[in-house]
Amino acid sequence: MTPISQLRPTHAEAASAAKIFGFWAYLMSDAVIFALLFATYVTMSQNLAGGPTGKQLFDLSPVFYETLLLLFSTLSCGFAMLSLSNKQKPRLLIWLGVTFALGLGFLLQEYSEFDQLIGNGAGPDRSGFLSAFFTLVGTHGLHVGLGLIWLLVMMAQIILKGITLPVASRLYRFSLFWHFLDLIWVSIFSVIYLPGVL
Amino acid sequence: MLGKLSLADIAYDNPIVIGGVVLMTGAALATLLLISYFRKWPYLWRNWLTSLDHKKIGIMYTVLALVMLLRGFADAIMMRAHQVLAEGANRGFLTPHHYDQIFSAHGTIMIIFMAMPFLSGLTNIIVPLQLGKRDVAFPFLNALSLWLTVAGAMLMMLSLAIGEFSTAGWTGYPPFSEIQYSPGVGIDYWIWALMLSGAGSTMTGINFLSTILLDRAPGMTLMRMPLFSWTALCTSILMTLAFPALTVATGLLALDRYLGMHFFTNAGGGNMMNFVNLFWIWGHPEVYIVILPAFGIFSEVISTFSAKRLFGYRSLVYATIAIALLSFTVWLHHFFTMGASANVNAAFGIATMIIAVPTGVKIFDWLLTMYRGRIRFSVPMLWALAFLPSFAVGGATGVLLAVPPVDFMMHNSEFLVAHFHNMLIPGAMFGYLAGYSYWFPKVFGFSLNEKWGKLAFWNWLVGFYLAFMPLYALGLMGMPRRMQHYDNPEWQPFLLVAAIGALLILIGIGCLGIQLLVSIKNRQTNRDRTGDPWNGRSLEWSTASPPPVYNFAVRPEVKGIDAFWYMKQHPLPATRPPRYQEIVLPRNSGAGVLFGAASLLFGFAMIWHIWWLAMAAGLTMLTIIILRSFDDDTEYRLTAAEIEQMERSRYPTDRPGAET
Repeated sequence: MTPISQLRPTHAEAASAAKIFGFWAYLMSDAVIFALLFATYVTMSQNLAGGPTGKQLFDLSPVFYETLLLLFSTLSCGFAMLSLSNKQKPRLLIWLGVTFALGLGFLLQEYSEFDQLIGNGAGPDRSGFLSAFFTLVGTHGLHVGLGLIWLLVMMAQIILKGITLPVASRLYRFSLFWHFLDLIWVSIFSVIYLPGVL
Repeated sequence: MLGKLSLADIAYDNPIVIGGVVLMTGAALATLLLISYFRKWPYLWRNWLTSLDHKKIGIMYTVLALVMLLRGFADAIMMRAHQVLAEGANRGFLTPHHYDQIFSAHGTIMIIFMAMPFLSGLTNIIVPLQLGKRDVAFPFLNALSLWLTVAGAMLMMLSLAIGEFSTAGWTGYPPFSEIQYSPGVGIDYWIWALMLSGAGSTMTGINFLSTILLDRAPGMTLMRMPLFSWTALCTSILMTLAFPALTVATGLLALDRYLGMHFFTNAGGGNMMNFVNLFWIWGHPEVYIVILPAFGIFSEVISTFSAKRLFGYRSLVYATIAIALLSFTVWLHHFFTMGASANVNAAFGIATMIIAVPTGVKIFDWLLTMYRGRIRFSVPMLWALAFLPSFAVGGATGVLLAVPPVDFMMHNSEFLVAHFHNMLIPGAMFGYLAGYSYWFPKVFGFSLNEKWGKLAFWNWLVGFYLAFMPLYALGLMGMPRRMQHYDNPEWQPFLLVAAIGALLILIGIGCLGIQLLVSIKNRQTNRDRTGDPWNGRSLEWSTASPPPVYNFAVRPEVKGIDAFWYMKQHPLPATRPPRYQEIVLPRNSGAGVLFGAASLLFGFAMIWHIWWLAMAAGLTMLTIIILRSFDDDTEYRLTAAEIEQMERSRYPTDRPGAET
């Protein structure tokens, strides 16, 4: 029995392609979770129980910064993928670091928004509408948080292992995940925050 | 330190519960002692618990399903016995609180911890073999799914001993399941058991979707796949896309209960019907998740034991796809009484009736497969034959219930209970039992005893009719479901007949146990040396019984539907020497079983509000996954010489030709 490292590359490549396919299936499964949370939010958006409405609560300017941070983190993730295909290890690490910083900034901004809402008595236990709001936005935030952990693991793997095929495959799947979260955020922005100002 | 947990949570004042606990822990302790006595722990760890071989994972799933069948059936027979007694002045032997836990546990166990592991087990064992593959797409993910399911089942068992189980039925409808009305831990046990096993099932769906769509044997086009693999594909799609809805439904209920949110509460802007919608957006596809694989098994069995190619293979495939798609369009028929408008109810009623069309297509295909076939009445075929008319009766009562005005009358009555048991027992359970006896010789290398198998079959069949036909009548007489006590002597004789039916099923289960023991005892005489005991048609019969770890020494080439049948009709010239090539297989890993153990601790800690333990267990789960991701040496290679040696030892007389 010999280790996998001595194998023909075709087997490893096939395994990596299968993982990307499987990851797409996972993303579709996760998309159903978000779709149902969106549906729940829409059906509950008028269940105020005498509490504040979205118009009264949502301030677009912090949300605008959040959006900028997340969109730019997707851009830097794209640059990271370019350095990956050029096998430029230092650049790859820098762009992933930038992605991490922007993602962390997004999360901190979201945390302060949540903190402010809860401080003003508009926490998730105030009304059905706010339960749905916090759960939908919070689920997205949880995904971003897990993505940040994934990103740290990947940076460690690049440093320790170099740009091997499994590492590259994982990075590719990470970028799929990150773009997916971006897409969800655009939907959150359009469904939750925009109706408040329009 | 221990959250809500205290010694008072062990119900030692209830003799029935304590009896069950003593029996359960006694059996568990005896198993552990026996393993220790025979020093089998290293064997168990190396060959089973850490195995990533799809066949072994499948066997472990099936063992879990059979154990949970016993537990679920114990609940069933207690309910039947109790309802015979609890009329008028007699209060029966179960208190209301205990009775409510029993019917909730019965439904949860039978669907989530019996049917799901059973179908996952059969799918795991057979689908890669049928498609000429050496493993599933993601062997480690497969182990994670298994151990998450086991962790959920362990939570179910723990709820018997520590604390209580849900009293809200297997569907757990709010507002009753909210903290206001159910402050105990029962609902939380239900939530976390469903969460863990639901995550496992989602991953199984993704895994088998990839397994079936990628890298099949050369020539195995989609339209040549055996029907069981087709139903497994449709089931995988349903699992991938429907189980998230269960996660959302139970997750939002958990947020209500743990963080005081208002998704489904009466006050604070909650909307309980939203839960019911979310639950059945999963729940209806789930019906087809458990039934479609059984349809696949019936297709294989009927074709094999009629010695004919399936009639209307293409129509069976398209009917399966149609059922899978339609299953997402009918969820509202579980709650016509919600108060939706007549037009909405009519639309869902019609959609429901439309599902009967592809199902009818299948029934006729199976009948016409048998027409002019050379039918052998072996045990698997008996299950299939009993399924056809029984399922048709259940389907007909389903079409009745699909008419909204009728449903308003029959809603929540024993008629409904009779209907869905009439679908799930012949439609799913008979199928799994057919698959169990059909594929047993493939998995273990020896056949099951026919005599005890037939006895089991007849007891199950007669028992099923006696147990559930009276419930149709009781429903028409106005008896609601889930009654702990009633005041109508007219119902009692029917319930007595139903209880006798349950007793017959008990005998049937006993026969299955005896069958297993007798078959193991006589395994030398029952041995299957050909790998093809039934004169089978699909590729799993082309390899040895039990199959070698790599399934196929040389990957088979597929020339048409019923690939192995074709090979038997067109044998290759025997002169060609086998040419083996290296094979890559997954290395064992303990990470899966450790992850399952951590998730069990996590679920238990969440149920009892032991926050430090939940944090520790959650971090352990995360750490296991991260450490595993650092390991790129997860496979090993068998060289051509090693394979040749293994093949030779299997065929002492030098067998010419490869696997054909």
